[in-house]
Order: sequence, then C-alpha cells, then structure tokens
Amino acid sequence: MITMARLDKLILATVALEEARQYVAAGGSGPVYIARDTEEQQRIAMYLSRITEGMVHDLENGILIIVRH
Amino acid sequence: MRPYFFGIVLTASLGGILRMLILRSDYRQYPTYPHGYISHLSMGFIAAALGAVAWPALLEAEYVAVTFLAMAAQQFREIRNLERESLASLDLYELVPRGRPYIEGIARTFEARNYIIIASTLVLSAIDLALLRGTSYPLRIGILGAVTVLLYFLINSFPDKRVADIAHVRLGKVHFQGPNVFVDDLHFMNVGLAEAKEVYLEKALGLIIEPKDIDAAATLANPGQRQAIVHLCAKLLGIYKDVDTPEFSPLMRRDIKSGRLGVLIIPGSGDPQALIAAVKRAPVLEGAAAKPSKSYAGRERDDYHGTTG
Repeated sequence: MITMARLDKLILATVALEEARQYVAAGGSGPVYIARDTEEQQRIAMYLSRITEGMVHDLENGILIIVRH
Repeated sequence: MRPYFFGIVLTASLGGILRMLILRSDYRQYPTYPHGYISHLSMGFIAAALGAVAWPALLEAEYVAVTFLAMAAQQFREIRNLERESLASLDLYELVPRGRPYIEGIARTFEARNYIIIASTLVLSAIDLALLRGTSYPLRIGILGAVTVLLYFLINSFPDKRVADIAHVRLGKVHFQGPNVFVDDLHFMNVGLAEAKEVYLEKALGLIIEPKDIDAAATLANPGQRQAIVHLCAKLLGIYKDVDTPEFSPLMRRDIKSGRLGVLIIPGSGDPQALIAAVKRAPVLEGAAAKPSKSYAGRERDDYHGTTG
C-alpha cells in the first residue's frame, strides 16, 4: 500500500554473506544474520520475510534486508 | 392529511424502489452482503418518505414539517461517517486495501444517493399533486411509475468518469535489471528473493497508463487514485499473494519525468485483456480529480496542449 510520509518503513533484519560482513556496521534496527553462501542467504531471508511479513530487498553488495512497508 | 395519503404512500414506495434500482453491487464490490443492502434500503425508504411528505406538509401549512428535511440531511451525513468508519476498519484486513480516498468516495456516494432519492420523490410528489390530483389510482400509479423509470435512466446517465476516459492503457513488458523489476522503462521496486523474481518473470503482468492531458496526469498521480486502481485489479482478477508475501503486492508507479504510470500485478488469472479492462473501467475518484487546465497558470505550462474532456 502506498502510505504517505510516515516513519513505518523499518529494516527488520539484515542477512549478510560471510564475505560482506565488513559492509554492515553496528547500529540501526534489527539483527544481522551471517550466511555461508547465497543459497543459505536466500533461505534465511525468505524465512524472515515470511515470519515478519516483511519484504526482502537486495542491496547488491552481498546484503539482503527485510523491510516492513 | 387524509387526502394526501395515497399520494404519499405511492411516491414514497416509488422512491424506495428507485433506491433499490440504483443500489447494486458493481465495480466497487460493495455492498456484497445482505445486511449492507438492508441498511441502505431502509435509509433509502426513509429518504423517500421524507421527500413524499414535503409538499403535502407545505400545502397543509405545516411549515415545521419542512424543518425535518434539515434534520434528515444531518442523519444522512451520519451515514457517510458510518460508511467511512466501517469500510476503513474492513480495509485493514484486505489483501490489497482500498485506501482512504476510495473509501471516502464510496461513503460520499452513499450519502449523495439519499439526497438523490429525496429530490426524486419531491419531483414525483409535485407531479402527483399538480397534475394527477383526482385522477384514478391506476393512472397515477402508471404515470408516476413511468416517471420513476425515467428518473432512473436520468440518474444513471450522469457521467461516471473512468480511467479509460482520461488515459490510454496498454500492456508493457515485465523485466529485471539485477534485483530491480521494471515494466518497460518504469522502475517498480527492488526484489531480493530469487524465488520471487522467478514468479514475477513467469506470472506478472505490466501495464503502462498514458494520461491524455495535464488534468489526467495530475489526477492519476494521486496515490489514493492509484491504490483504488490496484485494489480493483486485485479484486476483479484475483491476486497471487498472501499476508506473508508482501513482495507480491500489486503496485502502481509513476514516471516522474513524463507523468506516465505503470501497473505491476501478479493476477490470479493471467488474462491481460481482463486486466486492461479492469484498469480502464476503474473509477476516477472525486477526491483525486484535479483540473489544473482550468487555471491560468495551468494553461501557461509548456506541457499543456489542450484537454480531451
């Protein structure tokens, strides 16, 4: 749904590949999960997305984020 | 009031029937359940009765009775609030919500229809009192019945603007660049799940909507209008989505440069022609309609090339 000017887009969790670990700094919202490979990363992201009803976005640097829209 | 009794009952009943005729479950997909019908029909009959007694009350010099009309208007405004509240609370549990502007439009329509009924019964009872007094009952029923049918067609002929009136709708191609999904050159969103991407490539349909003029562009840019369109598409075609798959929410995005819009949806039934038909017949919301071309500043814009209607 298109919502206007509200702070409800929250990053619920971050799923990073092992080699992308250095691109996630501490702070911000949600836990950071480290995955061994892309397959595991996709699976964790899918689970988190289904559980939190959030949407998975790809930052294209080995990091997926789950966002509640 | 005895001499007016038959006239009042007749016009009130005809007004009630008229309300029944204009109450139908249409593209709004509402009301779709019997209790909704009952509450609107009973309000419609009350409105009809009010319209029917107005002239006789005046003729009897019962001027106080006329003030009841004002009270009735208050009541009908209350309908709008009730309708708005109930639809808004239902909307929280829609897979693809209607959005507040659409709800506002529906609520306003229901309120307005009661006023239409009052006006119609005023007309009916005026005809009855002025022309048909003293004639036989069957004649009065026949003539007023015919006038009711006429009023019905008159009410229905009021132009209800649809998207097809203000824009061209055509199919576009759904494709990905990295994680980003596009319809033709219009960017929609970033899809992170490989699984979701596959579903998009396999099942999604994309449309491009080109506004016909600057008024249409301003109207369609309204997020409420866009939400109404995707809601209808999802309602009419079905939707490939559940509460835990927000990545399949249908979207409408706007090209900021050209004002063109795109629709991206994974319909339950993948018929592109049905989707185009659904978008074309989607209503233009009263609350979203804008007419910059009616102003001097609007006509001074370089993208103003006249209007289409």
